[in-house]
Amino acid sequence: MAKSALLKSSLAKKYWMAFTGLFLCLFLVGHLFGNLQLLIPVSEGARDQFNEYALFMTTNPAVKLLSYLTYFSIIFHAIDGIMLTINNRKARPQSYVSFRPSTNTMWSSRNMGILGTVILAFIVVHMTMFWGEMKFGGLDDTIYTTADGMEVKDLYTLTIKTFQDAQYGLLWAIAYAVAMLAIAFHLSHGFSSGFQSLGVNHPKYNGFIKKVGMAFAVLVPLAFAVIPFYIHFVLEKI
Amino acid sequence: MNLTLKIWRQKNADTKGKVVTYQVADISPDMSFLEMMDVLNEQLIDKGDEPVAFDHDCREGICGACSLQINGEPHGPDRGITTCQLHMRRFKDGDTIVIEPFRAKAFPVIKDLVVDRSSFDRIQQAGGYISVNTSGNTQDANSIPIEKDNADMSFYAATCIGCGACVAACKNASAMLFTSAKVSQFALLPQGEVEADRRVLQMVEQMDKEGFGNCTNTGACEIECPKGISLENIARMNREYLKASVK
Repeated sequence: MAKSALLKSSLAKKYWMAFTGLFLCLFLVGHLFGNLQLLIPVSEGARDQFNEYALFMTTNPAVKLLSYLTYFSIIFHAIDGIMLTINNRKARPQSYVSFRPSTNTMWSSRNMGILGTVILAFIVVHMTMFWGEMKFGGLDDTIYTTADGMEVKDLYTLTIKTFQDAQYGLLWAIAYAVAMLAIAFHLSHGFSSGFQSLGVNHPKYNGFIKKVGMAFAVLVPLAFAVIPFYIHFVLEKI
Repeated sequence: MNLTLKIWRQKNADTKGKVVTYQVADISPDMSFLEMMDVLNEQLIDKGDEPVAFDHDCREGICGACSLQINGEPHGPDRGITTCQLHMRRFKDGDTIVIEPFRAKAFPVIKDLVVDRSSFDRIQQAGGYISVNTSGNTQDANSIPIEKDNADMSFYAATCIGCGACVAACKNASAMLFTSAKVSQFALLPQGEVEADRRVLQMVEQMDKEGFGNCTNTGACEIECPKGISLENIARMNREYLKASVK
């Protein structure tokens, strides 16, 4: 029984949801620190630094392992979420005539599936725009040698040009901000919920976990969202 | 008070139900919600109509028999009470009140507002007990020292009356709060430790089998629970289950 208990039971779904979700929170922090390099002025060698970083992130074996774990987590988190939603719909075949969940729950807690779908769509678009170009040859013509003598693909110029584009740059920045808003609401429930699912609940620490979760949900997406606008409005044009 | 009642009427489990509108007049604000339902039923019986079936027993908030989803919330708009403890002064003259049964696949409607909550009994039977030898040499329970905090937490978990409001309030119709309260009341005591692993595994398995949904930590159950059973119990069950699963 114990084996299937960790794979198939309702609680197993919660554990895996929490585990992959919290791992993805760690990924967000790492990704944010990488992205913050886009705020470095062009004149201070931002192009070389960011492209060397991108090369490191796509070739280092340890990072590769982490990236596979990240892909796995995203896919598993999404599939688990879909399965939970289907099961939960089945658990109430006849819906209420009058149901007022707003009196006892937060909007984000009830709409994790919708928020998650928006986030998944964003991940697909985002990866097609940058990771796909980097990985599948879109940037093969842009290989250059940095001041340190490394051969790198010019992901930096692609990124900056995307958000500085006169016609679509601002629209992309706004679209990214909307996606970050979805992530913020998703995290406002998900962060502390992950701890609860893994059994971490104690009156002494609950307040702290909730506060850290809320701060995380606001600050991380906000920092991500600022970058495209900064590139569009503040950074020198390239 | 004069009220408009929109009540779910359903002949039996096999027929489709529908909302029927009734008017009740001269309701005293001091009546309990169930007394108001009694007035309606007297009225229906006088007219030769079928009275509305609803569950009730003690009418003092301890038996867990009364249910009712009132205006979209289990046990109505007040917190920490059951439907029988809800009073008509909570409503205004001229109000429309929607009254439905608790809805979940695992709580099939028997008639009108009465649902079959025996799925809770089966969860309880799957492991919500301790085995005690009663063959003449029963030990006094008080002879085992128990830390006060644990004794209190166990007691609070045991105040669950199994009414099903947690399932009714949950958008996923999950029975996690009920099951976790029944797991916790034993898990916190030395008497319950002996069968702890088997208990949590079997009770969760039964809960899943009954067709309840999965908990997504929205917290609706804790807020609507007439006994204030805490989400802490769900976290405890999560720990107990994880511990038992990896052994």
